[in-house]
Amino acid sequence: MEVLQLLLDGVWAALQPVNLGLAFLGVVIGLLVGAMPGLGSVNGVAILLPFTFVIQQLTGTVSSPMIFLAAIYYGAMYGGAISSITLGIPGASTAVATTFDGRPLALQGNADRALVIAAVASFIGGTIANLLFTGAAPLLATVALRFGNPEVFALMLLAFATFVGLGGDDIPKTIVSICFGLVMSSVGFDIISGAPRLLLFDSTEWFSRGIQFLVLAIGVYGIGEMLWTINSTSNDIKMASAKINLRRVFRALLWMRKCWKGTLIGSFLGFFVGILPAAGATPGALMAYGVTKMVSSRRRHFGSGEVDGIAAPESANNSASTGAMLPMMTLGIPGSPTTAVLLAGMVIWGLTPGPLLFTDSPDFVWPLIGSFYVSNVIAVLVNLACIPLFIRVLRMPFTILAALIFVLSVVGTYAAYQNMYDVWLMMFFGIGAFLLRILDYPLAPAVLAIVLGPIAEPTLRQSLLLSDGSWMIFIERPIAGPITICAIVLMLLPLLGLIRRKFRAMRD
Amino acid sequence: MRVAEFVAALAIALFSVYLMWKSGEGPSWDPNATRFANIGINVNNEGPGSGFWPFWLSLAMLVSSVVIMVNAALRRTPQSRSEERYLDARGKRMFVLVGGGLLLFLALIETVGFYGAMPVFLFAYIRYLGRHPWWLALLIALVVPIFCFFFFDIAMRIVLPKRLLEPLFIPLYEIFL
Repeated sequence: MEVLQLLLDGVWAALQPVNLGLAFLGVVIGLLVGAMPGLGSVNGVAILLPFTFVIQQLTGTVSSPMIFLAAIYYGAMYGGAISSITLGIPGASTAVATTFDGRPLALQGNADRALVIAAVASFIGGTIANLLFTGAAPLLATVALRFGNPEVFALMLLAFATFVGLGGDDIPKTIVSICFGLVMSSVGFDIISGAPRLLLFDSTEWFSRGIQFLVLAIGVYGIGEMLWTINSTSNDIKMASAKINLRRVFRALLWMRKCWKGTLIGSFLGFFVGILPAAGATPGALMAYGVTKMVSSRRRHFGSGEVDGIAAPESANNSASTGAMLPMMTLGIPGSPTTAVLLAGMVIWGLTPGPLLFTDSPDFVWPLIGSFYVSNVIAVLVNLACIPLFIRVLRMPFTILAALIFVLSVVGTYAAYQNMYDVWLMMFFGIGAFLLRILDYPLAPAVLAIVLGPIAEPTLRQSLLLSDGSWMIFIERPIAGPITICAIVLMLLPLLGLIRRKFRAMRD
Repeated sequence: MRVAEFVAALAIALFSVYLMWKSGEGPSWDPNATRFANIGINVNNEGPGSGFWPFWLSLAMLVSSVVIMVNAALRRTPQSRSEERYLDARGKRMFVLVGGGLLLFLALIETVGFYGAMPVFLFAYIRYLGRHPWWLALLIALVVPIFCFFFFDIAMRIVLPKRLLEPLFIPLYEIFL
């Protein structure tokens, strides 16, 4: 019952006017970035992270800036559906599966029904995930308290192995992306011996402070992805009209009875997929869609406007976004690019992510968890109330939006580090990211790697110091062993697939 | 696409080699440090050296980029089989205009500061790339920098560089700070 008391205190803290206002603002921003094609939660969070220093300064707490960013994350999961349904292009990758049935339903003139179901399913998914999170997080943190360096490194290895094994991208390219991020994180000076190292091009002005995480993240998500979106989208998009009023909302709510199955599958499946490092909300939503279609008796109607096909991915992406917070908060390992940014934010605000967070900073953890519940309610209300407004904003031309985002990225990078070198570096990373993005290099692993690098390197080196240079330490320790073996199996998974295909080809 | 795939991988490979070479460097205060003495797993019985992490990861990057080059040469990936151009004419124009515009924006910041460069960039982008009416472009080009000034310089006390335009801001500082 102690958890219940802590949770109630947390909800109470989240309901304080400042936090409530921040959650509201965050949800609105999140809904907008989520709804804008080309922008997702990660862009919103990365570009706005520098601005949270003000919130920290003004409120004097670390939980308030986090509540703001988490609300953006949350809102974006709702917002993605709006453009998936009305424009037929996903507002964020997490809402790809929502287009499968949401768009057909909208073209049949039932955009309101699709939007309401998406919002309500998102709410249910978020609520179920919050309950699971509240139950599991303190337990997991207690277990993780016993982790030493080898265990933490084994977990890092697992995070990268999931990218290689399950990422679905070209494997050598994924490895390049991971290694690039990890090496860039080690530029500047050696954390253990204090010796300067990797001063690229022998320039102390540029590299002696190391490469800041936000420089890469804003470069990739503020510049690179924007250039890519400008390059790959054309401007002729047909908008389905949606009229919403109270009566239509209630009528649409009745349809929820028909999609409880998809909602439940999405809520639970999404949460567990979200926990896996490197998986996150996008595969969670796609899997929920697939499983719901598989078990549905109306399987044949999927793809032509089936309500279950909207409820499943929408509940799943919300649920997964909460699930992704679980390893971030308890183990210090992000489960998605967005949580990687949140994790980096926590470090910047002076927190140490990891199991100690629950015992050392309960005044951070519980208001944040409380805010998940509060933001979820705000998000569904704002979403239902403002759908017509969002649809109007979606008509904002991309040429204006892009210009604003470019300016925001440049100003944000400067404000974070107050240094023009970092701004130039951000721009070079952004342009490089665009050039590689066309060739399908996955960029999220690099962003995750530059966050995890400063944790992974010391844990690896201290483990090897402990073992006099023997790698067996990662296999022999009781908790690290199974995790390492899982990681190795995951990394070998694509190789097995390759061998099987070769074998089959030979037999034919 | 195939040529681009190959060239990109080659560039990454060369960069990896450079990173490996750089990782082996000893600290600058120790002229006697031999290159690559710091990449071992147990240097002087003090565990892995300072170059251990970046060196071996750069090697992994090098190996991966060589695999990408081989894949591209043998047409094994969808990109290397694609007959599409890396950037079509429209894409190239976009890249030169937007990418070049962004670099010019930064160069302008270095000379006339944020508040000189922002209106120019915003107006040029919205009016000439976006082809929006000039009054809208002008409105955004003026509102955004004014908002930024009050948000950063006044509220947050993060002073954005003004460079050549510094003198113009002195009266404003006197009023608001």
